[in-house]
Order: sequence, then structure tokens, then C-alpha cells
Amino acid sequence: MTALANLTSGWRARIAGSDARLLPQARLSGPMPWVIAIMVALTVIAAASGLALRNAASAARAGVEGGVTVQVVNADPAERGRQAQEALRLLSGENDVASAHMVPQSELDRLLEPWLGAHVGDEVDALPIPALIDVRMKGVVSAGRLEELRKRLAGASPSARIDAQSEWLAPVFGTIQALQWLAGALIAMLAAATAAAVLLASRNALGANRGTIEVVHMLGGTDAQIARIVQRSMGFDAAAGGLAGLLLGLVALLFLARQFAALESGAVMAGALGWSDWAIVALVPVAGVVLAVVTARITVLRALRRIL
Amino acid sequence: MTQPADAEIVQFDNVGLRYGTGKEVLTDISFTLYPGSFYFLTGASGAGKTSLLKLLYLAQRPSRGLIRMFGTDAITLPRNRLPGFRRRLGVVFQDFRLVPHLSAFDNVALPLRVAGVSEREIAGAVTDMLDWVGLGDRQHARPATLSGGEQQRVAIARAVIGRPDMLVADEPTGNVDPDMAVKLLRLFEALNRLGTTVVVATHDIHLIRQVPESLIMRLDKGRLSDPTGALRYPPRRAARPASPPLPGIVGQ
Repeated sequence: MTALANLTSGWRARIAGSDARLLPQARLSGPMPWVIAIMVALTVIAAASGLALRNAASAARAGVEGGVTVQVVNADPAERGRQAQEALRLLSGENDVASAHMVPQSELDRLLEPWLGAHVGDEVDALPIPALIDVRMKGVVSAGRLEELRKRLAGASPSARIDAQSEWLAPVFGTIQALQWLAGALIAMLAAATAAAVLLASRNALGANRGTIEVVHMLGGTDAQIARIVQRSMGFDAAAGGLAGLLLGLVALLFLARQFAALESGAVMAGALGWSDWAIVALVPVAGVVLAVVTARITVLRALRRIL
Repeated sequence: MTQPADAEIVQFDNVGLRYGTGKEVLTDISFTLYPGSFYFLTGASGAGKTSLLKLLYLAQRPSRGLIRMFGTDAITLPRNRLPGFRRRLGVVFQDFRLVPHLSAFDNVALPLRVAGVSEREIAGAVTDMLDWVGLGDRQHARPATLSGGEQQRVAIARAVIGRPDMLVADEPTGNVDPDMAVKLLRLFEALNRLGTTVVVATHDIHLIRQVPESLIMRLDKGRLSDPTGALRYPPRRAARPASPPLPGIVGQ
């Protein structure tokens, strides 16, 4: 704690000029850099998590956005095949269908193998496996368009059931969105806690230096001059704390990234942060400094208004 | 000095002061201070000298009455204009009010730094001023390591270094030996000759006798007596010889 405080007081002496000498800087500093470091580290983790969730959700949504699955459910294999071919022909003729293909039996077998064992479709005719058609639409499939396709298929392929793939993942998207909101709320609460810590530290600095502040006032010092001393001190503390917090947060993120990478899941890998995301994470300590400076200034100016 | 030579620098009209809901510590105070005059404020302990000085250096607003300062109503003065007025005042506090974490040099430099004077100008002026008050070798000493008399000299140096329009000093020689008291009084006189109005609160009758042309303000139980009428109708002053340059005073 002492090392970080010494570091910040060294900056102050070099950068702040003569104003900084008006109030004893050690009394302004204290544990503030570490409080801000912890807040920034937590904010960095929350922000990175929120961004990773957004990326994962975007990638998943892009994958299923135009996806439509048609199942032809009929116990008679011949009739099932006929209706499936009819449905494929009809869908391929639609203008907004980018592609439509029958999912091969081998693929169906592979999908079912974990539950029903190998060669289910070949050997057990008594177990009717639906024929599947994978359709890619041009753009997002609206509920209206889906209903329209359902009606058109009803004539040619009465056993066909049509579903948008995004519907299956709706609960997952809902959960991801809730987690994103949670990350945002955490960031807001951390910002409020940082502002409260700065407010208390600023009031403490004013209380501890009241005598000096009165003398500076009596000598013609303005409220802005006194506020500048405190806000500058808080700014330095926030800069040092922000840098330390950013490093702490990055270490935590690297650790988490390694753990998730070990899962080798496509959905998790899609959540990887891009350059713009890292830039946002890097701006967290900058936002912390701005928040600390503005809070200190407002607190000091409001408090000084009560002194003649 | 921005006002005409004969314009009043301070005018009190029926001023009263009470702290909280207590009884008035100053009652019906009326007087006028003119530029370039030298005033002694006397009175027994508890007569209200310090309270009157607080009104003069704008640390307190009165409970009633009118105060005009530098031609402006000081009671309704907006808060953001107070610093400008205070920079025209030099104040020697009874308890010195030196900033404990600053050296003697930095304490004396404080009003200049507040006013935005360059560090180069400050360095020369402060060193000269500290030399003049006999503290040239204690520039880097903190107040806690200075004697009472040395602290008082630092406080006086801080009050006069900006060449104020009005100097207000509360018992400024109470802690120094008689020789230094006279020397400091000469500093006040020299400053006064440069046009600064000086108000010194003191018990010391010998000090008052050192400035025969001074005017006396006597406070008794919160009331100001002006038996000769000199405060309300000051005698016209003869032209005085110009003061030699003062050491360390900025803006001569």
C-alpha cells in the first residue's frame, strides 16, 4: 500500500506544480489507490464478461438466424420419402430460400447414435425417424413468413413440420441477455461505489485540512483552486489505482480465458474478445479517473459553499 | 489603489454582530477608514477587537448594519467575488494561522501563489522579505520548529508581501521583543506610506505612541468610542515623504 501511495505522491510533486503544495498530499491519498484498483479490476472483469457474452450471442444468432428445419414425420418410409422430396422441391423454388438440402441418412444416424445406437434407420423400420430438410433463408425468418411456408407445405407435404432454428435457442439467448444486463448492473454499482469512496475521501480531506483551507480562502484562494488540489490528488490516485486494477483484471481474464479455452467449445470460442472489445476494457481505468475527478470536484465545491 | 484618494476604503454603519443566538458582541459600530491612514484598535480583552477584525477581513458577515468596502456593499457581495476582495487585504491573525506542513518560505509565498505570481518572482521577493524580518536562515523551517516570535514574523511577512490595500493585524507584536516590535511597526509604517491602510489591534500603549499620527479606535464591551470624532471626520493629512522601497514587497 505504501509503495503505491509513494508512487502517486511522486507524480503529484512532479506534475501538479505549486498548487499541490497547499494541502498535505499524504492526507489526501491513504488507501484510495487500492480501493480504486479493486473497483477497476472488478469492472474490467464484468465489462469483459459482458462483451464476451455479447460476442457469443451474436455468433450463435448469426448461425441460426436464417435457419429453418423441416421435419417430415410419417411412419411409412415410402410416403415419408415422397413428402420430403415434395417439400424440398417446393422450398427450393421459393425466392427467399438461399439453400435447402435433405439431411442424409448417415448424418441422421450420427446424430442419433449416442441415444439409440448405430444403424437405427437401416434396421429398425418400426422406429420411424423423421426426414429432415435443412433450409437457409436469405435474412431473418419472420414469424409471418414461417406461417406462410407452413401453409404452403401443408398441401404438398401434410406430414411436414416447419420450425425456425432461432426459436429453439430463444431461452439461451434470453439467458445470455439477462447475464449481459447483470454485467451492466454490476458495472453501474461498481461505478457508484467508486464515486461514494471518492466522495468520502474528498470530505475526509476537507475535514482534515479545514484550517489550511480557511487560511487559503482568507488569502484570496478561490473554491476552484482548492477543488483543483483535491480533484488532482484524486485523479492521480485513480490513475495509479486504475492501472493496477487493469493489470489485476487482465490477469484474472487471462486465467478465465485459459479455463474456457480448455472446454474446446465452439460457442465459448465465439465469445473471444476482438480489438474493439479490448479497447473498451482499456478505457475502464480512464473512465475511473474521470469519475474520480468529477466526483471530487463536485464534492469539494458543494462543501466549500458552506464556508464563507 | 483604484479608488480616489479621499474615497473611503471601509465604511461601517450601525453594524451589529452576534454569534448564533447569543447576545451581540458588537453593537452599533459606525466608522470610516480612509486610504493611507493608520489606525490602532484598542480595548480590553473580550471587548470585541477580534470580532471587528473578522468583519474587516471578510471572515464573518454582520448580523445587521451596512458594511461598504472598496466602494462596494460587502454584505451582499456574491461569494465568487470574495477572493478578489480578500487579495486586496493582508491579515495577521492573532494565532498566526501558518500552514503547518509548509516551510516558512512556502507560507510567505502562499498569497502570491494563490494570486498566480510566477515562481521566479516569488523566489526573490520571499527571500528578501524573510531576510528583512530576520528569518533568512530559517526559510526551510516548518512552523512547529519556529519560536512564537518567529512564527509571528512569518505571519506578518505573509500578510504584507502582496502589498495589500489594507493590512489588518491582530496583536502583531505580542510575541516579539521590543526591538523587533518597533522594527515590524516600521515595516507597517513604510507600507502605510505606500498607500496601504493599516489597522492594528493592540494592547500595547508604547506601540501606539510610536506612530503619533495614527488614529485610535477604542472598543468597550462591543461598542466603539470615538471621543474626538476623528474616525467619522478624520483630520486632513499633510503630505508625507515617500517611502523608500521595501524589501520583498511585490508590486511596489
